[in-house]
Amino acid sequence: MSFRFTSRRLRIQKLFGAQACLNGSRPAANIPLRQTCRGVASTASAEKVLFPGALNSEFTDKLNFIQPSQQEAIPTYRVMNQYGEIIDKEIGVDTEDEEAIQIYKNMVKLSVMDLLMFEAQRQGRLSFYMVSAGEEGISIGSASALHPSDVAFCQYREAGVYLQRGFQLSDFMNQLFANCKDNGLGRNMPVHYGSKELNIHTISSTLATQIPHAAGAAYALKMQNMQNPNQDQRVAVCYFGEGAASEGDFHAALNIAATRQVPCIFICRNNGYAISTPTSDQYRGDGIASRGAGYGIATLRVDGNDIFAVRRATKVARQLALTNGGQPVLIEMMAYRVGHHSTSDDSFAYRQRVEVEDWKRRDNPITRLRKWLESRQLWDDAQEKELRSGTRKEVLRAFEDAEKEKKPSLRNAFVDVWEELTQEQRAHVREMRDVVRRYPREYDVEGFEGGLGGLDELVEGKRE
Amino acid sequence: MASKTPSMRALSRYLLRPHAPLHPRCQHQAQNRRYAAAAAGARLNGSVEYDTTPILNHTSKASLSNPELPAEIRNGQTKRINLYTAVNEALRHALQTDERVLVFGEDIQFGGVFRCTMNLAADFGTERVFNTPLSEQGLVGFAVGAAAEGMRPVAEIQFADYVFPAFDQIHNEVAKYRYRSGSTGANCGGLVIRMPSGSVGHGALYHTQSPEALFTHTPGLRVVIPRSPVQAKGLLLSAIRCNDPVIFMEPKILYRAAVEQVPVDAFYLPLDKAEVLKPGKDLTIVSYGTPLYTCSAAITAAEKDLGCSIELIDLRTIYPWDRETVLDSVKKTGRAIVVHESMMNAGVGAEVAATIQEKAFLRLEAPVKRVAGWATHTGLMYEQFIIPDVTRVYDAIKQTLDY
Repeated sequence: MSFRFTSRRLRIQKLFGAQACLNGSRPAANIPLRQTCRGVASTASAEKVLFPGALNSEFTDKLNFIQPSQQEAIPTYRVMNQYGEIIDKEIGVDTEDEEAIQIYKNMVKLSVMDLLMFEAQRQGRLSFYMVSAGEEGISIGSASALHPSDVAFCQYREAGVYLQRGFQLSDFMNQLFANCKDNGLGRNMPVHYGSKELNIHTISSTLATQIPHAAGAAYALKMQNMQNPNQDQRVAVCYFGEGAASEGDFHAALNIAATRQVPCIFICRNNGYAISTPTSDQYRGDGIASRGAGYGIATLRVDGNDIFAVRRATKVARQLALTNGGQPVLIEMMAYRVGHHSTSDDSFAYRQRVEVEDWKRRDNPITRLRKWLESRQLWDDAQEKELRSGTRKEVLRAFEDAEKEKKPSLRNAFVDVWEELTQEQRAHVREMRDVVRRYPREYDVEGFEGGLGGLDELVEGKRE
Repeated sequence: MASKTPSMRALSRYLLRPHAPLHPRCQHQAQNRRYAAAAAGARLNGSVEYDTTPILNHTSKASLSNPELPAEIRNGQTKRINLYTAVNEALRHALQTDERVLVFGEDIQFGGVFRCTMNLAADFGTERVFNTPLSEQGLVGFAVGAAAEGMRPVAEIQFADYVFPAFDQIHNEVAKYRYRSGSTGANCGGLVIRMPSGSVGHGALYHTQSPEALFTHTPGLRVVIPRSPVQAKGLLLSAIRCNDPVIFMEPKILYRAAVEQVPVDAFYLPLDKAEVLKPGKDLTIVSYGTPLYTCSAAITAAEKDLGCSIELIDLRTIYPWDRETVLDSVKKTGRAIVVHESMMNAGVGAEVAATIQEKAFLRLEAPVKRVAGWATHTGLMYEQFIIPDVTRVYDAIKQTLDY
């Protein structure tokens, strides 16, 4: 017996003995690797396809291209119709009345905040803003069906996720003003929220980059779920628009999520537009949902204006995602982007005003839930009026408070690039401080917490 | 154990060994015949001898005398291993001592196309050492997410030439994660991205590149390039332990060629220090990775021919880099040459030369010379003319001394 053979044998014994891997109880994953790597060999008389790339395929003698145009479109799941009527009364809505009212209030809060902030940007008091109009149901509904410890990755039109998880109006406003109380320390553009307590990672402007992050985070959660089976099992959830789904990162993420079987829910907000680009210029398949099957991922299309459908879909997706140690799920939530893409966009340059007005009138998640609430005598005009005026006041108070705050300390321009300040950075801080000191009229440092002194602690350290 | 004459069975087993490339990308394994193409009468080119080069520690004593090693390592054992084995040992130690460490990339599970991850999947389980789909942006993005949730992923890009699909993830996400997360404290500092880089003599356009300068232009990253097995082990372990994301570029020609005595136990080398490999007083050569061997051979020839004394510095960490060691040396010698494989324009040499010019201007006796790749792609048959060789470094020494 050669040394090579002996050593391999020893390795295998070691594997089934003391386990070196994270979870001690999965011998199935430790079968000798050469076997798992090897494809299946075919025999001369095989009747069944044995190509390693598609093991379940049958032979056929008919030459038929699969024509996507001949396939039926994936149906859109809904629980209530646009009049707020429940379609299958036996199943119902599995949402408590109190919960429905709370969700409604949050949706209204979000839309009131959006209206006011959009206006504030128009007045030049904010540099930038993006509204969620028409998509409040997707973010708030799905967030309400997740566990608070589930890790969320957002694109930028998911302020509702933050709101539903407990992000306060003051938190939103501090970020929008990038003041000294901003979580992001004044580094990010408005709307790029983040929160450690709420388990939501900070938004970055780069589209779709968060999708593979969610897959990787879900893998970390999978391993942590295995290590601590008694704790709450967690999933990662990732939001993105249908435009972002054209990025390579979407493809990469769903594929790796499937091959690693991670507990991740991918939620696509298909609102019909990526800035000016309509979906007909974005893709030719059956939306985003039709891609799920190609990656081997459980997929559902949902009416994003139906809060009950969004909630039920998310709940079931969460259970599914935690099945068998983990598996990814894709949900395409259909909606219409009622607002402009952002404050830097005038959407009437590429779509008819009447189309938008139609959508506003015809159907949106807030009025649909209101119809349901009213049909159950849970809501009336007086309550509506009170809620809207009260929320308006709340938002404006938070807005004014945030506007008054100082800007963050100048030190935040330099720290956190690396864990520690580098020698090069110290030299740069010294140089910058020196320039500002010698040209005091050229810079306004008073608005910043601590003024130029905010840099003092950074210039100490070793000689450059 | 093994008989002197190999049996047919042993031979067939040898031929079946999985080190035969399986993937089209792994047809270019590092081989120790880089200068086979040198001209027949060459005196300078063709003189890089890995067996005798002073850069490698050929004896246990030399290896253990390194003052950067802690006392318990210096009193310990060494063994003679090559660079890929050193990488493997570092990964093995990291996997053993920290259960947050994950190792993944394309073709990792069977041992990797350069054998760096040999036996790791079998020993630590495929939950922690696994293949990813063939997607660089996907696997780096995946690593970012895993790191952001507390793991310490060591992702492999099969060749540095293929890192570009992941460039957005590295530049916009990896590097900025901590900064943009602000006081939420989220970061992906546990991340290490390994990639084989540099020339191998026949890698042509896409198995030769050294894209380090692209990463040294990104704040938030650490870029590390080891020169030898000892350095690879110590620097990789430090990279994995470091809370900043690290781009770890392994000169692939050295995987098998560079063999030296390496401490058996785990040890950590600093990520912010250059190393003076050889002291001298007339001229300073700054380099990193494979060209250090070229420089060393050129220095040997130049010192013999020209009667000079040349200091050789290994940057090791290309960014953030150790300006102090370089400047101290140049202030002493008054002359400097920077050598690297990647092209000259906006390369690492530009930054080093500009810094020397700025901080040691009054001590300079000659312009800082850069010996680097020419402004072209590395066409298969022309590599020996494009990548800096012993002759070009020798000539640069001569010109700088004569200036």
